[in-house]
Amino acid sequence: MDQTSTSTAALKPKDYKSDTKPVWCPGCGDFSVLSAFTKAMAAMQLDPERVVVISGIGCSSRIPAYLNVYGFHAVHGRALPVGIGLKITRPDLTVMVAGGDGDGFSIGGNHFMQACRRNVDMTYVVMDNQVYGMTKGQASPTTEPDWERGKLTPHGTRINPFYPLVIALASGANFIARASSNDPNGAARVITEAVQHPGFSFVQILSPCITFRPEQRDWKKIVHPAPVVATADPAVAARRLMTDDNFFIGTLFKGERVPFTPEFEPRAESAHELETAFRMSA
Amino acid sequence: MEEHKDRASSSISIALIGSGGAGVMTAGSMLLEAAGRAGLFGIMTRSAGPQIRGGEAAAMLRLATFPVESHDNEFDILLAIDWLNADRFRAEIPLGTQSLIIGETDAEPPQAFTDSGARTLELPLKQIARETDGGRENMVVLGVVCSLIGLPLEPLHQVLESLLKRKGQAAIDSSVACVDSGAAHTGKHQGSYQLSLSSEKQCDLWNISGNEAAGLGAIRGGVRFVAAYPITPATELLEWMAPALEQVGGILVQAEDELASVNQLIGASFGGTPSLTATSGPGLALMTESIGLAVASETPIVVVDVMRGGPSTGIPTKSEQSDLNIAIYGLHGDAPHLVLAPMSVADCLFTTQWAIHLAEKLQTAAIVLSDQNLGQTRAIIERPADVAFVSGRSIQETPMEGYQRYAVGGNGVSPMALPGTAGCQYTADGLEHAPSGIPSSRAEDHRQQLDKRRDKLVNHDYGDHWALIEGEGEFAVITWGSSLAPVREARAMLLSDGIDIRIIAPRLLLPVQPERMQQALAGVTGALVVEQSHGAQFFHYLQAFYPQKFEFMSMAQPGPLPIRPEQVVADIKTRGKY
Ligand SMILES: Cc1ncc(C[n+]2csc(CCOP(=O)(O)OP(=O)(O)O)c2C)c(N)n1
Ligand code: SF4
Repeated sequence: MDQTSTSTAALKPKDYKSDTKPVWCPGCGDFSVLSAFTKAMAAMQLDPERVVVISGIGCSSRIPAYLNVYGFHAVHGRALPVGIGLKITRPDLTVMVAGGDGDGFSIGGNHFMQACRRNVDMTYVVMDNQVYGMTKGQASPTTEPDWERGKLTPHGTRINPFYPLVIALASGANFIARASSNDPNGAARVITEAVQHPGFSFVQILSPCITFRPEQRDWKKIVHPAPVVATADPAVAARRLMTDDNFFIGTLFKGERVPFTPEFEPRAESAHELETAFRMSA
Repeated sequence: MEEHKDRASSSISIALIGSGGAGVMTAGSMLLEAAGRAGLFGIMTRSAGPQIRGGEAAAMLRLATFPVESHDNEFDILLAIDWLNADRFRAEIPLGTQSLIIGETDAEPPQAFTDSGARTLELPLKQIARETDGGRENMVVLGVVCSLIGLPLEPLHQVLESLLKRKGQAAIDSSVACVDSGAAHTGKHQGSYQLSLSSEKQCDLWNISGNEAAGLGAIRGGVRFVAAYPITPATELLEWMAPALEQVGGILVQAEDELASVNQLIGASFGGTPSLTATSGPGLALMTESIGLAVASETPIVVVDVMRGGPSTGIPTKSEQSDLNIAIYGLHGDAPHLVLAPMSVADCLFTTQWAIHLAEKLQTAAIVLSDQNLGQTRAIIERPADVAFVSGRSIQETPMEGYQRYAVGGNGVSPMALPGTAGCQYTADGLEHAPSGIPSSRAEDHRQQLDKRRDKLVNHDYGDHWALIEGEGEFAVITWGSSLAPVREARAMLLSDGIDIRIIAPRLLLPVQPERMQQALAGVTGALVVEQSHGAQFFHYLQAFYPQKFEFMSMAQPGPLPIRPEQVVADIKTRGKY
C-alpha cells in the first residue's frame, strides 16, 4: 500500500466507521475496541476497501458490520480459517480477525493453535470478557474456576482457565500483546503494531462485559503497563509469562518466525498440460 | 475354451490376488496400462485386507474392446500368487463354471472358490520366477495372463521399461524375462480367453481414476484453492491436486480438520478464488454447519464427497451410496444448495467441472457425491471432451453508489463485490440480513432472502445435463451415481432378449427437476429404483420429490459389494413382469 499517497485527503477514524448502530449494551467494552480499530486503521491510512475484518459469533463478533471495510461475519468459532483462506489467496489485503474468548478459545480453540502455528500474515484480536455475553452469561475458557454466577456452572467451572498468551507463544504466533479497552488509544497503537508486524499477530484486549460481569468495571484500576519492552526471544517471553497476573498491558513478543507465504507462480502453460500424465502413449 | 461364451471375446475379467508384498497391485496396474496401449478399454479396482500396509490384496480388472464402467457378473480368470487369507475376497470375485482358477503348484485353492465349479490350473510360479535372476512371481503372472487373453507382449514390455526405468536396466531385463517365460508356460490354455483385438488404433485413450478425473475437472472449471483434511477414499484426489494446482498457479492447504478446510474455502472464495475441497462422509458431517454459511452468505464453494460405507467410521475402503440423505437434507434451516453426482469415472471430470460452474454462477454451495467405486477405480477411457463450463461468477467490478450485496430481484443472483473494490464495502453474513447485508430478524427480510436463495437455483436452466436418459421402454430403472454402470449393462443384456427398459439417472439431485423428470417418465408404467444403500435413500427421495401414479419399486443393496448386472436383470424380470 502506498502510505505516502497525497492524492486523497487523510482518512480519519470516523471514515472507517459504518452507519450501522451497534447492538451492544451501553458501557460494553467492545465500543472502545471498535474505536481502537478505527484509530489504528486511520493511523495506518489503510484503504478501507483493502481491509477485511472477519469474525465468528458473539457480541464482540458483531464488529465487522460496524466498520466501513469489507467484512465477513462467519459461524461460531471458525473466523480464523476464513481469514487464513482469504489471506493466502489474496495477500494484497490486510486481513484482521476479531471475536470473543468463547469463540476463539473454546469452540475455535484448535483453530487458534493451528493459526499460530501456520503464521499467516494477519492480525487476530480477541475481546476477552471472560464470559459468554451473547448467550447471556455462561463461563468461558478464560473464566476463573470459582466464578459461581455462570448459570450452567453454579458451583464454578472448577476447571483450569485457558491462558491465551501462553498458548499463542507455545504454538508459534509471531506477535503477542495484551491491551485494555479502557485505553482505546493504547489499544490502537498495539493493533497498529500487530498489523505491521509480519506473520500471525495475536492481541488480547480486556473488554469488560458490564452486563454479566459488572465487577469487570474495576479492571480499569487493575490493569498496569508492562514494565519491559517486547522481546524477540520466545524463551524470555515465556519467562515473563510465568509472572503474568493477566493484567499486564503491552506487547510481549515480536518474533522473527517466518510467515507462511506460499508462492503463486503458474508453471504449466495451461490446465491442458496436466492431461499428458493420463494420455496413453500407444 | 471351446464352449466359451461369445461375450468373453469382447470382455475379459481377471482377478489377481496375493498376500503382503506379492505385488498384485503393481501387476494389475501394469496389465491395465498395457491393455490401454494395445487399444483396449478397461477398469481396475482394488481390494485389501485391514492391514495398513501389506497384507492380502486383490486387483480386479476387466478388459474389453468397448468402454466399460463396471465389473461383469463373473470373473473369467482368478490368479493367485498365494492363497493366504484369500477367502475374504470370495464375495467380491464371483466365479462360474467357465472360470479358470490358477495357483501355485501343490497349493490347493480354497474350497470357497472351487465350489463355483470353476476349472483349476496349477503352475510352478515360484520356480519360473527363480529361473530368472531377481525374478518375481507377479511378473510371471503378468506373462501368464497376457498369454491366456492373447494380449501381445510388446506393449507390456514398453510399460515395464517406462515404469521400472528408475530401478535400472537389470530390473527391466529380469521383469521382461519373467513375463516372457510366464507367457511360455500356459501350454494348451494359450489364447483360451482370447480378446478380439482390433487393429484399428483407438483415438485418444487415457488411463485415469475417478478421483484424478474429479481433480482435473476442478482445475478445468477454474478452481485454484483447495483446503482439505486427509480421508479415505478421497485422499488421492487431494494428492493429485496438490502438485497439479501448483502448476496452474493455485494451492492446496492441508488444514487441521474439516471445520477449518471448509471455512478456508469460504474465505478464499469471498476473495474471488474458486475453491473446492474433497472429503468423505465423516468430513462432510463436520462441514455441514459451514456449508450452510456458504449458502446463507452466498459464497460459492464445492465439496466433493467420495462416499464410503457408513455410518460413523463405517467401511472406509469400500463404496456405498449412503450419504445421499445428508447431502440433500443435512443442512440446518432452509438452505437451498446444489447436489450433483457423477456416474462414471470419466463423468467425475464433467460433473465436478459443472458443479464449479454452477456454484460460482449461482453463488451457492455444491456437494458432489462421488464414491469409492468411482474415485478409486482406474480406467482406460476416451479422452473426456473439453466443455466450456468455467467459473463465471457475477462480479460487481466498479464502485457503485448504494451497493447492496444481497439485492433482491431479477434472477436472484446479485453481483458480488470483491475486497479491493472501492465504495462497495459490505459484510457477508450468515445471520439473516437485509439486502445490504446488515443483520435483520424481520420477517419480511427473512422471507425475501429465503426466496432469493431458492429462486436463483430453481429458475436456472440446467439443460440436458441434468440426467442421463436411455431407452424407450415402459418400464424404467431409475438409478444414480456408480449404480448406473451395472444398470446399463443389465439393459444391454435385456436388449439381447428383446426387452427395452428406460434408464433415468439424474446427475443433478438438487434442485429437483420435476418437469424434466415428468418428461423423462412419459409413458412409463412402472419403475425400479436401483441404489447401493441399506435405507433405500434414493427411493425415498424419489417418492418425496417425484411422486407418480404408479409405485416405485426398490432394489436397495448396501455396500460394500457392487451391484452386479445380472442382479438387476433378475429383479427387472420379476418386478417388471417380463
Ligand atoms: C455452533 C454454535 N454453538 C453455540 C452457539 C451459541 N453462541 C453464540 S455466541 C456464543 C458465545 C459467545 O461468547 P464469546 O465468544 O466469548 O463472545 P461475547 O458474546 O462474550 O463477546 C455461543 C455459545 C452458536 N452460535 N453456534
Ligand atoms: S452482554 Fe456483555 S459483552 Fe454483550 S454487549 Fe452486553 S456488555 Fe457487551
